[in-house]
Amino acid sequence: MCDNKILSIHSLKLKNDDDAMDDGRLVINRRFWIDKIFSQTDRALDNKFVAKGLRLYSARSVANRTRTFVAKKNKVVAPKKVVAPVTPVEKTFGKGKRVIAVKASKFAPSIPAEIRSTAAKKVQQKVALRKTITPGTVLIILAGRFAGKRVVALKQLDSGLILITGPFKVNGVPLRRIDQRYVIATSTKIDVSSVKVAATINDAYFAAEKKTTKKSEGAFFSDEKKTEKKKIADSRVADQKSVDSAILAVLKKEKFLTIYLKTKFYLKKGEFPHQLKF
Amino acid sequence: MEKIYSKGVVLGYRRSQATQYPNISLIKIEGVVSREDSTFYLGKKVCLVSKVSKSAKNPTGHKISWGKICKAHGSSGVVQARFARNLPPKAMGAPVRVMLYPSNI
Repeated sequence: MCDNKILSIHSLKLKNDDDAMDDGRLVINRRFWIDKIFSQTDRALDNKFVAKGLRLYSARSVANRTRTFVAKKNKVVAPKKVVAPVTPVEKTFGKGKRVIAVKASKFAPSIPAEIRSTAAKKVQQKVALRKTITPGTVLIILAGRFAGKRVVALKQLDSGLILITGPFKVNGVPLRRIDQRYVIATSTKIDVSSVKVAATINDAYFAAEKKTTKKSEGAFFSDEKKTEKKKIADSRVADQKSVDSAILAVLKKEKFLTIYLKTKFYLKKGEFPHQLKF
Repeated sequence: MEKIYSKGVVLGYRRSQATQYPNISLIKIEGVVSREDSTFYLGKKVCLVSKVSKSAKNPTGHKISWGKICKAHGSSGVVQARFARNLPPKAMGAPVRVMLYPSNI
């Protein structure tokens, strides 16, 4: 509610001396500042309280005003609605007949999809990656299946998640996505400039497979336990190999790096994370 | 055992002399002795592991109560934590695990 908003005096810039009184005291004309802060178009959507529990515009009115505002904002010209002539319904009640007027819907008209859809397009905000995480940084995974493993960061995907790899041969961590919040970035960096991550390895690549199993009666009643191991697609194995080969070549130059990535991170006795320098 | 969490102890609820607020538990984290040290742990997840009777749904019998460290308490490194469900009084003095995530490093 506009009128109830607390305005910070310091955030308001005085444009002319008319805002101040002669004796130096600042008089704030609330409506004036509200108008300055909220643009004219936003005021169209303002539906203030006229009395306790009673708003100025009805739901239907608000819907119409929003539709007009949104259409104007997106410069959408809605086609002229052709109102079909409503034939009065004649109903028989017992003996006589009566014409019943068609009642308009008591619910406010919905804003048509073509106007609504252009209104507020949710742009996926770019997730800022912590400065300590760069391609080639050795990360410590803090939770999940690979908790404690030291891993190489490759890049940030569109969803904001980080693409990592063990490399697989070193510590068993495959190409995987992880959130930066579940990771500690160490100061160790590996040169991954020679690593080429295919553009096909993106968020869609890691999307969970939709289960297409249809429950069949036969399978339901059978005692066979489905213990088949999930087979990893050959393409995945190939992708893993192509990414890892470049990294392994870099790791070969310094032997301790391979050993470093092989060892798990854990807190030893007397080690406290707030005292550690990663 | 290889642990990637800090050990802590539940001291009790946040309280004054005659009133206690069970929605906030006080946690003393091992090795944290000053308010400055405790800033590392703010926002970190905490969990209390307790044993319950084994059942089909819970075959191991471990019950984990999750919470997060919300603020420092005093100047000696004690910390306040809010749990999804308030900790039971039985938990006072019980060990608690302070995880290293959500990480800020």
